[in-house]
Amino acid sequence: MTTAPSELESPEVHEAIKLSPPWVTIVWNDPVNLMDYVTFVFQTYFGYSKQKAEKLMLQVHQEGKSAVSNGNREAMERDVEAMHSYGLWATCEKS
Amino acid sequence: MTRFRKRRKTVVVSFAEHEADILANLLRNLVELLYDGMPPRTTDTSDPLDALLLDSEGPTSPPEDVVLQRLLPDAYKEDDMASAEFRRFTERGLREGKVTDAKRVLSALEESGADEIALEPDEQLSWLRALNDLRLAIGTRLGIEDENDYNSWEKLPDDDPRRLTYDLYDWLGYLQSALLHNMH
Repeated sequence: MTTAPSELESPEVHEAIKLSPPWVTIVWNDPVNLMDYVTFVFQTYFGYSKQKAEKLMLQVHQEGKSAVSNGNREAMERDVEAMHSYGLWATCEKS
Repeated sequence: MTRFRKRRKTVVVSFAEHEADILANLLRNLVELLYDGMPPRTTDTSDPLDALLLDSEGPTSPPEDVVLQRLLPDAYKEDDMASAEFRRFTERGLREGKVTDAKRVLSALEESGADEIALEPDEQLSWLRALNDLRLAIGTRLGIEDENDYNSWEKLPDDDPRRLTYDLYDWLGYLQSALLHNMH
């Protein structure tokens, strides 16, 4: 007989949480939204620097899409909802 | 001619009267479209939890109108079930947010008449979003599908039935851009 280990969570569990793939918010290119406006939204909502926001906007414009944020699924759904409120075309997916 | 200028954190905009009327009409149409197919909130129930649960129920399938589809897109590219769940919990709020923005701009236009309108920072956000929704709506109706088509749209002959609509679209882009530049 032995007492239950005081350590309830095994190290593997922590490892699994850390390694579980995060979700991403993808913003897609569309022919209507102005480039300056998209940059502004990235700065305003995500708090990104102008430089980072412009880089992401150009990626959307030139490559057709960009992963603009990552995190757990709930957080990404919040970001997608926010992007839709600004009129940006966004989806979320597993990265 | 619409003019924008900066006054500290405020942006002051002045419209010619016919321009204010045109913008107000576009916004009224947008509000009507956003209300379309959206049942009113059931706020007459006495149980607050009941009200909350009933209120959270939104649609699970995309709207039929192409403009609404663009304004309220699916949240998942390849997962219809997840898109439906997302829509159920967010679409109503998104529609209401867009209506709130549009109405805010609308009441500012209606109150000001031909006078100047001073926009505080949070009003500027509503204006940017409402102008963007109008551009998305008109751009979708026109069938603007490629940003490189700019030249062919610009060259539409005056007697083309799409000419007037395209000019409106272009003007809204000017308004949004000018507002944005005066905010910095």
